Amino acid sequence: MLAKRIIPCLDIKDGRVVKGVHFENLKDAGDPVAHAQYYSDENADELVFLDISATIEKRKTIKSLVRNVASSISIPFTVGGGIGSINDIFVLLESGADKVSINTCAVKNPEIIYQGAKKFGSQCIVVAIDAKRLRKKTWHVHIDSGKLPTDIDVRDWAKRVEDLGAGEILLTSIDADGTLKGYDVELTRCITETVRIPVIASGGAGSLEHLYDALSRGNASAVLLASLLHYRILTIKQIKKFLSMKKIPVRM
Amino acid sequence: MTGIIQYGAGNIFSVITCFERAGEKVSVVHNPCILKKVDRLILPGVGAFDSGMRYLKKIHLYDAIKNEAKKGKPILGICLGLQMFFEKSEEGNLDGLAVLQGCVKRFPQDMNLPVPHMGWNTVNSCGKSKILNRISRRAFFYFAHSFYPVPDDGNIVSGTTTYGIRFASVVEKDNIIGVQFHPEKSAENGMILIQNFLKI
Repeated sequence: MLAKRIIPCLDIKDGRVVKGVHFENLKDAGDPVAHAQYYSDENADELVFLDISATIEKRKTIKSLVRNVASSISIPFTVGGGIGSINDIFVLLESGADKVSINTCAVKNPEIIYQGAKKFGSQCIVVAIDAKRLRKKTWHVHIDSGKLPTDIDVRDWAKRVEDLGAGEILLTSIDADGTLKGYDVELTRCITETVRIPVIASGGAGSLEHLYDALSRGNASAVLLASLLHYRILTIKQIKKFLSMKKIPVRM
Repeated sequence: MTGIIQYGAGNIFSVITCFERAGEKVSVVHNPCILKKVDRLILPGVGAFDSGMRYLKKIHLYDAIKNEAKKGKPILGICLGLQMFFEKSEEGNLDGLAVLQGCVKRFPQDMNLPVPHMGWNTVNSCGKSKILNRISRRAFFYFAHSFYPVPDDGNIVSGTTTYGIRFASVVEKDNIIGVQFHPEKSAENGMILIQNFLKI
């Protein structure tokens, strides 16, 4: 049986892990390779690296980061943040990333999804969608790290990216993100009912029940976690044990 | 030395790294000359069926791979690499390598499960398998695919996986071995599988 995936997400700035990640057992708290190894040992199913740096050197640092991570772990990982062209995708995959996550660029130029899927295969094209609730059962897509609203309905966009060849959707609720109050499960469910590709729920996880909710009621294929893991509120082991008790298939 | 065939764009770095970690010398193969020199071959999984087949022909590896396979050189196909071993695929129009008889099909539309089949799923080993040696009976491996192989000869199937339907996730016919999952992305189990391949 296919296991539901638990995916830690690490924010990267100038080649280093940022945003309040402090593991006592890591010699260098900012070293992405150390974090990747730590989570891989903890039985994480996949990893996501989100590059939030905005420097000119960005491309070079992310390339060497991808290479270092790929040399040290043997679980899949996705890289996102500022991907703007087919060549950007090529460089990341060639360096050892398994998937790339495209967000703003996909909205501005949806053709990149089609071209990317054709050239590299759907399985490595993840489209990240940031959604903000407008009213009951209606969400709009935001771009530029959630700062810029568009008038695109999230359902229409999800359907469109699937048609263009995306292999997976990373769905973040802007409203829930960082609150630790739970996923916007209505949003998750709305999208998993709309598309046939896997959906990763993101934003808002604060407890074991929240994760269970997104995977069961929301029918997500995976959950993305940041603060909850980074602040050691929960460990991957605890999460998997709980989900397994609740009859959710996980890889132990 | 193990030769990793490069025929398309994507992540072959992980496959290279994995073999190196197993203590094996690795060479990237992009012409028939290197292909002949290596002791064993990997056909990794990157891109799509037709573009892969087209590229193999362009760099004159189509016949070369078939010849080496016929001569008995161990060859491991991963994901799309496994699918290319067969005669035909619903993903494309071109002929496969046809070193194994059968075809490749798309997961049915009506099974009410997300496609691609993406993530960790179990492989049930059936009967004698060299490649799954020392791996537990229901071990997890990482999958990422929308198509699956349907061999004519059920006897070559040494592992199956269930995702809506039950499909062949491991095939073994003498020196020709194919896995539908990615051993290079499957943590410890993947590493054992690669070590097993190096012993064949």
